[in-house]
Order: sequence, then structure tokens, then C-alpha cells
Amino acid sequence: MSDLVATALGMIVYALIIFGFLALFALVAVYLERKISGHIQDRLGPMRVGWHGMLQTIADTLKLLFKEDIIPANADRLLFKMAPYVLFVGTYLVFAVLPFGPGLIGADLNIGAFYIVAVSSLVVIGMIMAGYSSNNKWSLYGGMRSAAQIVSYEIPVGLSLLIGVMMTSSLNLTRIVDAQIVGLGGMDGIFGWNFIQNPFAFLAFWVYVVAGTAEANRTPFDLPESESELVAGAFTEYSGMRWAFFFLAEYANMWVVSVLGAIVFLGGWHSPIPGEDVIPGMLWFLFKVFTIVFLQIWARWTFPRLRVDQLMVTCWKYLTPIAFANVIGVGLWILLF
Amino acid sequence: MRDLHTEEMTINMGPQHPSTHGVLRLRLRTDGEVVTGIEPVLGYLHRCFEKHSENLEYPGVIPFVDRCDYLAAMNNDHGYAMAIEKLLGIEIPERVEYLRIIFAELQRIASHLVAFGTFGLDVGAFTPFLYAFREREMILDLFEMTCGARLLYNYIWVGGLSHDIQPGFVEKTYNFLDHFEPKIQEYNSLLTNNKIFIERTADVGVLPAEVAINYGVTGPQLRASGVDWDLRRDEPYSIYDRFDWDVILGSEKVGVLGDCWNRYYVKILEMQESAKIIRQALDDLPVDGDVQEAIPRKIRPPKGSFYFRSENPRGELGYYIISDGGTKPFRVKMRSPALCNLSVIDEIGSGWLVADIVAILGSLDIVLGEIDR
Repeated sequence: MSDLVATALGMIVYALIIFGFLALFALVAVYLERKISGHIQDRLGPMRVGWHGMLQTIADTLKLLFKEDIIPANADRLLFKMAPYVLFVGTYLVFAVLPFGPGLIGADLNIGAFYIVAVSSLVVIGMIMAGYSSNNKWSLYGGMRSAAQIVSYEIPVGLSLLIGVMMTSSLNLTRIVDAQIVGLGGMDGIFGWNFIQNPFAFLAFWVYVVAGTAEANRTPFDLPESESELVAGAFTEYSGMRWAFFFLAEYANMWVVSVLGAIVFLGGWHSPIPGEDVIPGMLWFLFKVFTIVFLQIWARWTFPRLRVDQLMVTCWKYLTPIAFANVIGVGLWILLF
Repeated sequence: MRDLHTEEMTINMGPQHPSTHGVLRLRLRTDGEVVTGIEPVLGYLHRCFEKHSENLEYPGVIPFVDRCDYLAAMNNDHGYAMAIEKLLGIEIPERVEYLRIIFAELQRIASHLVAFGTFGLDVGAFTPFLYAFREREMILDLFEMTCGARLLYNYIWVGGLSHDIQPGFVEKTYNFLDHFEPKIQEYNSLLTNNKIFIERTADVGVLPAEVAINYGVTGPQLRASGVDWDLRRDEPYSIYDRFDWDVILGSEKVGVLGDCWNRYYVKILEMQESAKIIRQALDDLPVDGDVQEAIPRKIRPPKGSFYFRSENPRGELGYYIISDGGTKPFRVKMRSPALCNLSVIDEIGSGWLVADIVAILGSLDIVLGEIDR
């Protein structure tokens, strides 16, 4: 009996640690985003709060905590209140199987990749709830667009992750990383990484990056919250901590997309320099994840956004056929070489 | 399965909305995401400019005229001052004419920069907006150096100017032009030739030439539809006929004539042409002359009515002035180019998606201050 209690306590503690980590990552990522966007736009970004604005996000979080909680008059109160949590849960559940470094994983499920793709679909429900319950036509538009977008882009994402699974013959994330130790020409380092093992995997990596950006609702795919058209789309009527939860979920999503990209395509925590093992794996892992995060931030401040039908065309007419071709190509490659 | 009962949804865009350029309210009738009808509801920025002008003496109207199209204040002043000068037959000194052209064209560049930046913002590109405003800051510095104001100047008076230029102005303007002309290539690579931007704006909101003429659309919007009409060349006022520059028309290079991309690109190229004009004016600027010598003591036009038009960055800006022989006008009516440009939105916006309405509205480059007056 006390075994059960201990396990339950362990799970709760782990969940809280993950939540704390997410909050920390959101802090860092928001600061990074504001600084990087500032420098891209020929300005400085936050400079006053703390040294070069480092404490800015903390100040913003405090402000959001104290903000008045406004619920629109004719909104569906229950759905309105539950929507941020449902959305967050969809992203949060993924963290149970997401590794943070060699051996640092919550539950080393044998069906890790499959679990992730399945569970991350829950966010759609949260978006639709938010859009519908706000009693605001613009939010409704945002919610509908978002549902269509997330559901559609899961397919190229899933197919691209399938490439990694095929090359490793396993859905277990740790095994996928470990299979990338040795690769091209028997060399380790960067030559072991999945994304350069064959041309189809290389293509699949870029399909994954594009589709992953769409999954995370980032420009050029940020139509659900396109600021210039829908104010904030599905989240227009949310204020204070409720909105902060959506924001947290968006950055958590960004983290998930980047981590999966690093694990499946970029060799996880293995160093790119062949034969080197001085720098801890965790640092390489963070470096790769933040590279993909940086790519997403960079893309957001450079490109205009796609219209909703162009977004759908990109997914169904371009990314999905390319992803299918990749799967077939990788399969043939593995068979023949 | 029984027929699904679907209805059109009437949705309100604005008056507070990130993308209506000012307090504009658009009532959209939509069927899903497709817009079937647009009805602009105006008046949120109405400040009774025309009524006020009946109680002011002629020179006193100039600050009010500034505030109508606040992004092109110099051009507004210029049009009004020229209207009164034509009425009274005042001869303007050479130096004043050259300075007026320089400021009018600098203001044209500033206005087009805002149009370009906010258009990028409308389609989701955040960065070009800041680049455009970086250049615009340099122009506003030039204005502040001359008359003390950044946005609303009260500078071009009937018969002259309110201040002469400071020493160092000419050099600063040359520096600005040298800095600005390469920047247009930067804008082109960031936005104009960007595939996503082209997808969003080419072939969208096509305005055929006859429709444009029928609705009274003027300015870059008209020229983007292929109609070769620019008041600076076709009805020359001030000393525009002394300069060598081209009128920019739309092209079929990317998309079709009269689409959003063309309306945007015409403005980019017009900025280059304005830079050319400014250079020529600076080269030939007469060095001496009092800018205030021709300003009349009292302005008392003869009885009658008079219409004068000039080329605003947005189109044909017209002033219809009725004088009853006194020192205050009986009526000043401003023909607002943005209002006539906006009137075409139902025609070209129906049948497009909501996201396209934002792009089309941005390409029409409206300023509510001028529409509502």
C-alpha cells in the first residue's frame, strides 16, 4: 500500500517539476522571442526591467496574475473556463514520455512516438471550446480555423516522425536516439544523425520543421490567432491568467515540436563532433532544441502569414504527398542499403 | 440527410480593429469565410472640419486641413495654399516653389512608407513595418528641423512658408536620399518578392480600370489598374513640369493589372520617383529669397466658387471653395481621395475571404481623418 502511495507521490512530484520547467521555459522563450524580434526589427527589445530586460517576463507574469478576470456576458461559462486547461492538458500529457537528456525521461514507453502523436490531438478540443464559448464571432472564426489547421498538419508531422521510427524499427524515443550513434560510413558524430542518412530523411526533416511550426500555430501559420485580422482569434476574450495559460501552452507546444525534431532527426543528446564526449549530452541536446526554437522565432518575424485556404493547400497538396513519398523512399532505401 | 440550414453571418469589423486603418467600421456579410457584401459605416472620426472652416479666416484653415489626412499633411497644406493663390492670382517666389516641392515629395515618401509598412502588417509580416518607420523617422527629423513639428505642420502658407529651412537641411536631405534609395531593394527582397506575400496579394481584389474610373478612384490605386493619369504631369501645378520623372503604372509582372500587389508595388516605385524629384529640386534650389515676402496681408477673395485639385499620395485631393467676398470662406469642401477609393471596396471585396478583405483594405491606403473630415 505504501508502495502505491510512494509511486503516486513520485508521479505528482514529477508532474510538478515538469510544470515548473515549462513555466521556466516559457519565461526564457518569451524573453528570447522579444529580444530576437527586436534585433531583427532594428530595435532593442526589453531593456529596462533587469539587466537588458531579463526580468521582463517575470514582471509580465506578475501583472497577469493581478489582472481582472473578465468573462464575456453571454459566454458559456463552463466551457470558457475549461478551455485553457483542456488545451494545456493536450500539450502537457506529451511531457510524460519526453526525454530531457540521457536517462532523464518520465516514462520510457515502448510506444513513445505513437503516444505523442495520439495525445497531442487533444489541443484541438481546447481550441474549439475557446472559440465557441467566447460568444464572439471573431473567436469562432479563430477556433474553426485552428481546428482545421491542427488536425490537417498532424498528418505530415506523423509521417515525418514515422521516418525516424522506420530507421530505428522502434517507437521508443530513447532507442531512436541511441540508434543515431553510428551512421554514414561507420562514423559517429553528426554522420550518425537521422536527417542525413538518406535524402528522404533530409527532406522529411524539413517537412517536419514546417509542419511542426504549423502545429505550434506560429507564423506563417498563425491564422488562428492572426493579430491583424482577428485581434487574437480564439483567445480574444481571455484576460489575465486564463490567457497566460494559452500562452504557456503555445510555448510548451513549441518546445515539444523542437524536442521531437532534435530526437528523431538531429541525434538527441549525441555530439556532432565524431569521437567527442567531453561536453555533456544534455548541453548538446539543449543546443539542438534551441536551434529549432530559434528557427521558429526567426521565421515568425520574417514571413507574412498564409491565408486559411492557402494553408490547407500547402498541407494537403504539398506536404502530405511529399511526406508519403518520403515514407516510401525511406522504406525502399532501408530495404536496398 | 436533410438540407443543412446555413445562413449568412453579419459580422462587424471595427471600429476598433487592428487592421482597419483608423476608426473604420465595416459590416461584412459572410457565408462561412467568404464575404458576400461589405458596407462601410463612416463618421467615427468626423470632426466638423468643413463647418469649422466657415468661422476661420482663410489662413486659419490650414492647421485644420493638416489634420484631415494626417499622414500627408504637407500635401494637404500645399493643395489648399495653391487653391487660394490661384484665386487671388498671387505670384510665388522661386525659392518657395522649390522648397514646397521638396517638402511635398518628402511627405509623399513618408506617406507611402506608412502604407507599405502597414500593408505588410496586415498580411502578417511584422518586420517591414519597423524598417519603413526607421526611414520615416529620418524624414520626420527633417520636418522637425524646419518647422518644429513631426506630423502636423501648418507650414505651407498662402503665398509662402512659415519658416525658412535651417542651415544644414540640404546636406541632411542628401544624406537621407543616399541612405534611402538602397533600402528599397531591401524592402523588395523582404516583402515584394516573397512567395507568401505574392500568394496573399497577387490576383486578389482586382480593380478593373473602368470600375476604378466610375467610382472615382485616383492616385496609385488608379495607376495600378493601368490608367495613365497623374495630376502632377497631366494638369501641372506648382513647378512639377520642370522635373524629369516617370509616372508609375501597374504591370502584369506578378499577378494581374489592378490587384493588391500592383497597388502596393506602384507605391514602392513612386517612392523612388519622389526621391528623384527631390534630388533635382535640391540641385536647383535658389539660394536666396525671403520665404514670406509674397504672403498677403489680408486675404479677401472675390465672390464666387472655385475648385482646385492636386495629387495627394492617396489620389486627387480637391478643394471647392465658395467665397462671399469676406475674409472668411463661405464654404470649404474637401474632395477626399480616400473616401472615393474606399467606395469601391464592396465591388472588389465581395467574393473574397475575410483575410483578403484585410489585404484589399490595406492596399487601398485609406486614412480615416480624410474620409470623415
